[in-house]
Amino acid sequence: MQFPTFQQLIQHIIYGITVGGIYALVAMGFTIIYNATDVINFAQGGFVMLGAMIMVSLNTTLNLPMPLAFFLSILIVTAIGIIFERAAINPVKNASVITLIIITVGASIFFSGIALPIWGQDPIYAKPFSSGDPVSFLGAKISLQQLWVLGITAVIVVAVQLFYKYTIIGKAMRATAINRTAARLMGINVRLMVLCSFALSAAVGAGAGMAIAPVAHASYDMGSMLGLKGFCAAVLGGLGNGVGAVVGGFTIGIIERLAIGFAPLGYSGYKDAVAFIILLVILFLKPSGLFGTSQK
Amino acid sequence: MIRIQSLSTFYGNIQALRGVSLHVDDGEIVTLLGANGAGKTSLLNTICGLVNSRSGTVNFGEKDITNTSPEKIVKLGISQVPEGRQLFSELSVKENLIMGAYQHYRKRKKEVYNHLEQIFHIFPILKERQEQQAGTLSGGEQQMLAIGRALMSRPKLLLLDEPSMGLAPKIVSEIFKIITDLREQQKTTILLVEQNAHVALKVADRGYILETGRIVLQGSSEELLENKEIKRAYLGRGYKEVWE
Repeated sequence: MQFPTFQQLIQHIIYGITVGGIYALVAMGFTIIYNATDVINFAQGGFVMLGAMIMVSLNTTLNLPMPLAFFLSILIVTAIGIIFERAAINPVKNASVITLIIITVGASIFFSGIALPIWGQDPIYAKPFSSGDPVSFLGAKISLQQLWVLGITAVIVVAVQLFYKYTIIGKAMRATAINRTAARLMGINVRLMVLCSFALSAAVGAGAGMAIAPVAHASYDMGSMLGLKGFCAAVLGGLGNGVGAVVGGFTIGIIERLAIGFAPLGYSGYKDAVAFIILLVILFLKPSGLFGTSQK
Repeated sequence: MIRIQSLSTFYGNIQALRGVSLHVDDGEIVTLLGANGAGKTSLLNTICGLVNSRSGTVNFGEKDITNTSPEKIVKLGISQVPEGRQLFSELSVKENLIMGAYQHYRKRKKEVYNHLEQIFHIFPILKERQEQQAGTLSGGEQQMLAIGRALMSRPKLLLLDEPSMGLAPKIVSEIFKIITDLREQQKTTILLVEQNAHVALKVADRGYILETGRIVLQGSSEELLENKEIKRAYLGRGYKEVWE
């Protein structure tokens, strides 16, 4: 057993919050689509990976400035989300939820299968968004990219909430999530809402991938693990609950990081198991999640 | 206004409507009475395009609207207050009303807000509670919100599905007062589906009786109120058979 100093503890927590922000965004992506369709979109990790890879390519291969690469990448991945919905989800009329979920699993494999020949097997280097020395905080060091991750997470979370609260499409998406039949009677095109949810979810996922790319390694298969952990976060928070997704993401990020920090030497390889242990515990103790209601 | 001819609707192999024909003229209140499972809600859902019919036609004005999508039905001017109200319980009262005007909102925002004020005028309680979550309203307030929401799309024809369900008699008469006012002041044509034959026939001009997917009787409200069979089956009077 190691005994980390206070400074190390803070360092672990900061790192946990950083990763947790990414899990939170991925979990939000799950939540957005789940609310509109009852489908768990296992291709969510694909959006994350594509966001990161496309941004790095635009930045290093095409030499576009980072901010431009960032926004272009969001647009491209959003378009991919829209195409995915139109090509694979929308045509399957009257399909059961489980069929649609299997389609998303297939799409997830498809996305990494496409990425492999394009970007190769090795992780690619992503430049940090800004250069500079780490900031000190209670004796721990925070890299500027970690601050970027937190900032981007905060902006995306707030932006999505504002979208849901103040735009008519956002309100219609919430209405559809609450009562689909009533939404149809109001003349809301429910299939269009599904399309919007895939577009929004893809954009959020891409944002997560781009923010984390300079901290973690960007590679063709980064999406699968991030996707699964984001799923754990969404379930922990209560599937379908936006606040829950964010809280779940940060909780898993911090616990995971602390577990590695306190783990005996040689056991840090079990890092990835932490999220799934939390998932199992929550499914045993409170299957509806921290913020979930058991209505569905 | 609306003319339905030989409409048949199935859920899988189960036939819910067996050749239903009825019509509602401009400015009329027509009631459709029947017990649970008679097919009343199926008929409304077929008109609204939520379920497709297998045969028969629905004409709205001059237009054939058989099996049209719900979005287009709303656009044409038919609005339904569904059974059990079906509010967006976690949205605020105001958001619920705005959702009712979803199709007009982007192009005619100002009109929608003007209309919202009119709805608040009809239902002052909704104005008071506009920021409250719809799910926290009382049953009567929820029914008013459901009606207000349906009116937000400025329908020519309003379909009401059991507005009296689960409400206290006093609230029911309040709701029915509003329904008659709607016809008089807004010239809205109303098709009123009810189990509560007594209150429904009091406000309606004409009525139809639906039993197991068929129209078995029709006539003016006065005729139906005097009909012995109706009295027995739906008004609970003159029932002679003794049990036990």
